[in-house]
Amino acid sequence: MNVPSDLKYTKSHEWIRVEGDTATIGITDHAQSELGDIVFVDMPTPGRAVKAAEILGSVESVKTVSDVYSPVSGEVSASNDALGAQSELMNADPYGSGWMVKVKIANPSELDALMDAEAYKAALS
Amino acid sequence: MVGEAGGFGYTQFMSTTATSPQVTALYDAHVALGGRMVEFAGYMLPVQYKGVIAESKAVRERAGMFDVSHMARLRFNGPRALDYLEWATTNDVASLTYGNGHYSLLPNDRGGLVDDIIVYRLGETEFKMVVNAANHDKDVAHLRSLDTSDVSMEDYSAETSMIAVQGPDAAKIVASTSSKPNVVLSTPFFGVLDVDVCGVDCFAARSGYTGEDGYELQCANADAVKLWDGLVAAGVEPCGLGSRDTLRVEAGLPLYGHELGDDMSPIAAGLGWVVSKTKEFNGSRFINEARANGTPTKLHGVRLEGKRLPMPGMKVYASDGSREIGVVSSGVFSPLLECGIAFAFLDASIKLETPCAVDVRGTMVPGQVVNKRFFKRG
Repeated sequence: MNVPSDLKYTKSHEWIRVEGDTATIGITDHAQSELGDIVFVDMPTPGRAVKAAEILGSVESVKTVSDVYSPVSGEVSASNDALGAQSELMNADPYGSGWMVKVKIANPSELDALMDAEAYKAALS
Repeated sequence: MVGEAGGFGYTQFMSTTATSPQVTALYDAHVALGGRMVEFAGYMLPVQYKGVIAESKAVRERAGMFDVSHMARLRFNGPRALDYLEWATTNDVASLTYGNGHYSLLPNDRGGLVDDIIVYRLGETEFKMVVNAANHDKDVAHLRSLDTSDVSMEDYSAETSMIAVQGPDAAKIVASTSSKPNVVLSTPFFGVLDVDVCGVDCFAARSGYTGEDGYELQCANADAVKLWDGLVAAGVEPCGLGSRDTLRVEAGLPLYGHELGDDMSPIAAGLGWVVSKTKEFNGSRFINEARANGTPTKLHGVRLEGKRLPMPGMKVYASDGSREIGVVSSGVFSPLLECGIAFAFLDASIKLETPCAVDVRGTMVPGQVVNKRFFKRG
């Protein structure tokens, strides 16, 4: 299972990449693999305020659905429009073109509660 | 994602049995092929190998196969076997010629169903039956509770395996691995034969649950891996429970626990065609009444616009959202039609082609009431 070392992770299988005050968020390789073929992604509209651990959206696969939780509090600044027509990007490239939303981080101290790659790998095993 | 570890994924397939799950003779073969194993009806089975969409397409376009060893296999013998099965099942058993089978139902005594089944007639007094894994113990107990005088019932599930090979090329591939290819190819739909496949002695039935041509092959457990590996080598795609479900919904085929149940009428599910109009059977009075008077709801197909996933329990509304007209019993994303499709029990007044909407997790997704056979091989 691919777990990039430069990202942070939640125990609910989201990843987060921090650049300045912006967090890019998606679901992990493990999560996409467990879900199977993803056919629809429900994403928040930019401008929406979210709190850490609040439902950010949901991912529907051929047979099941899972909610996606925000790892941090802040304001949604962008969502990945490409997923509208090509939700399979989440399966094929979960850490790259399959990203889900960007959030402007309101409270950087929340990042300390997230797992690094080693801790997430340990949680998966 | 859902917070608890392992708390997401194919939860629809997870049953809550108290005992640890059983494995089939093909368990190691599934793991070696990369199958993602889940618990289903008390067995560890692959939900998918490569992916549900790829596996569904393999069955629609070429040939795929499923380990269905978890389903239970029963044999009936004795001078009263025919009379016994006429009482125990809804379809006309006497109409079966030797070497043929049919889809049928196991009714209870109050108009509901114990299970849906396949019955094969091998001779004057010899029959076989295949029943759902989830109902195995219940079915056996029920069948023993009926008048079994002069009938012997043998449950030979534990010592045998079963592989369903399905798809437009399935019979051709099975024939190519047999010493009797012409018999394999000429056997009619629901016909049965004893035949070698990949060097393995099989009880073969030309049936399945995907809407495609194909064979369901029963063999001894000791031969199961040889049969499976031989079919893989012959070009049959290994498929999991996920695609088995998308394929059966596309084909309009009900699943016990979703469209059928102890307290659900087969008439509402549209299965009147497998209920005899001429014979008396267990609970026939109640099923006949339902047929004569109609049922409050009827099972239909619902085709959604777009790719949202309908799921059991979701409510169906009139297209303007003004009133609830029914509830979804099964739902999948159809790899064939590339949209969400569902079975739904709708008010009996609702006609085909009626526009509707399904409440998918808070969003009203427009759709249409359609024939539940979304796919029919032409």
